[in-house]
Amino acid sequence: MKMFLTILLTAILTDNFVLSKFLGICPFLGVSKKLETAAGMSAAVIFVMLLSSAVTWPINTYLLVKNDLEYLQTIVFILVIAALVQLVEIILKKYMPALYNSLGIYLPLITTNCAVLGVVVLNIDKSFTFSQSLVNSLGAGLGFMLAMVMFAGVRERMETSDVPKSLRGLPITLVAASLVAVSFLGFTGVVDGIFA
Amino acid sequence: MAEKKSLRQELTKGFIIENPVLRLVLGTCPTLAVSTSVENALGMGIAATIVLICSNVAISALRKVIPSKVRIPCFVVVIAAFVSLVQMFVKAFAPALDESLGIFLPLIVVNCIILGRAEAFASKNSVIPSAIDGLGMGIGFTFALALMAAIREFFGAGALTIKVLGKGFSIDITEQLAAIGLEPILIFILAPGGFFVFGMLIALANKIAENNGKPKATLNGCEGCPMASACAVKISDEEASAQ
Repeated sequence: MKMFLTILLTAILTDNFVLSKFLGICPFLGVSKKLETAAGMSAAVIFVMLLSSAVTWPINTYLLVKNDLEYLQTIVFILVIAALVQLVEIILKKYMPALYNSLGIYLPLITTNCAVLGVVVLNIDKSFTFSQSLVNSLGAGLGFMLAMVMFAGVRERMETSDVPKSLRGLPITLVAASLVAVSFLGFTGVVDGIFA
Repeated sequence: MAEKKSLRQELTKGFIIENPVLRLVLGTCPTLAVSTSVENALGMGIAATIVLICSNVAISALRKVIPSKVRIPCFVVVIAAFVSLVQMFVKAFAPALDESLGIFLPLIVVNCIILGRAEAFASKNSVIPSAIDGLGMGIGFTFALALMAAIREFFGAGALTIKVLGKGFSIDITEQLAAIGLEPILIFILAPGGFFVFGMLIALANKIAENNGKPKATLNGCEGCPMASACAVKISDEEASAQ
C-alpha cells in the first residue's frame, strides 16, 4: 500500500509528467487556454493512459519478452495505442454518445501525444508489475491534469496583463510555464520525506 | 507548397526561415527535455535527423500507394520502424547516449516534426526534394537544440563543452565564479530553466522575424499540429484570443 502511494505521489508531484519530465508539452501549451478544454483533454488522457498501460503490459510481458522480441517494443506500443484509441472512439460514438461528445473529440489528438507512449515505455523501463504500472499511469494522468488545470488558471489571469511586445503570445506563455515549473521543484524530496 | 522551390531553398528553409523548433514550434518535448547538455542535444538531433530523412524518403516513395484515409497510421508505422533501427544502432554503438536520452529515444516516434513533415511535405512531393527537406529540417532541429543546450549548459553548469567528431572547445568558468563567491545558476539545467530559455529564444526569433516582416510563431490553436486534419478539436485563433 505504501509503495503504491509512493508511486502515485511521485508521478503526480515530484516527477510531474509535464513540468519535470517534459512530456505532453504540445497539449499543455496548445489546449490550456480554456479551463474547460484543459479539463476535458486531461480526463481523456488519464483514460487512455490507464487503458494503454493495461493492454501493453501483458503484451510486453507475455508476448514480447517471452519470445525475445523486445526490440519490437516501440512499434508494437505505438500501434497498440493507435488501434486502442480508434477502437475506444468507435465504441463511445456508438454506445455512449454523451461521453463521446465530452471526451471523444480529444481522442485522435492523444495518439501522437508523447505522454501516453512515454508512460507505457516508462512502466517497462522501471520494470513495474502490472498493478504498479496502473498506479503509475493513474499518477501520470492526474499529474498531467493538475499541471493543465493550474496552467489554464494562470493563463486566464495573464490575458489581462500588459506584456512587452516581443514577449506577447507564446514566449510569455513559456515564461509562465517556467514559473509554474518552479513551484513543482518545491516538491523535490517531499514524497520520500512523507514515507521515510 | 504552391510554388516550386529549388532544392537549395528546400534545404536552407529549415535552418532559419522555417526552423521547426523556433518558427513552427514543433517537437517541443524533446527540445526541452534533452537540451541540458550540448552532447545530448547533438545526439538527439542527429538521431532525429536520420529518422526524418529515412521516413521522408520512404513515405514519399509510397505516397501513391498509401490510401489517404489511413495515411496517418501508415506514416506512424514507417516512422516507428526507422526509430527502432536507430534505437538499436545507438544501443550498440553509443550506449552512453542511449542512457542519457532515456525514453526520449523511442519517443522520436511521436515527435511532431517527423509526422508533421511526412504529412505536410513528403506525402505531396517526390523522393529527392523530400530527402533534402528532411535533411534541412533535421539540421534546423539540431541547430535549435544545440543552441538551447549551449545556453543552458553554460549558465547552469558554468562550463561548456562543444565537441564534434573529437574536435571542439570547452570553457570552464566555475573557478573564476567561485573566486568571486558565485555559483552557476543551477535552475537553468532544471525544468523551469528549459521553459524560460525556450521562451526567450522564441521571443528573439519573433523579434527577428518581425523586423523582416514575417509573422510571429504562435501556438494558439491547433493549426501547427500535424494531426489537425484528422482531429475534431478545433481551437481557432479568434476563439482562443477571445478567452
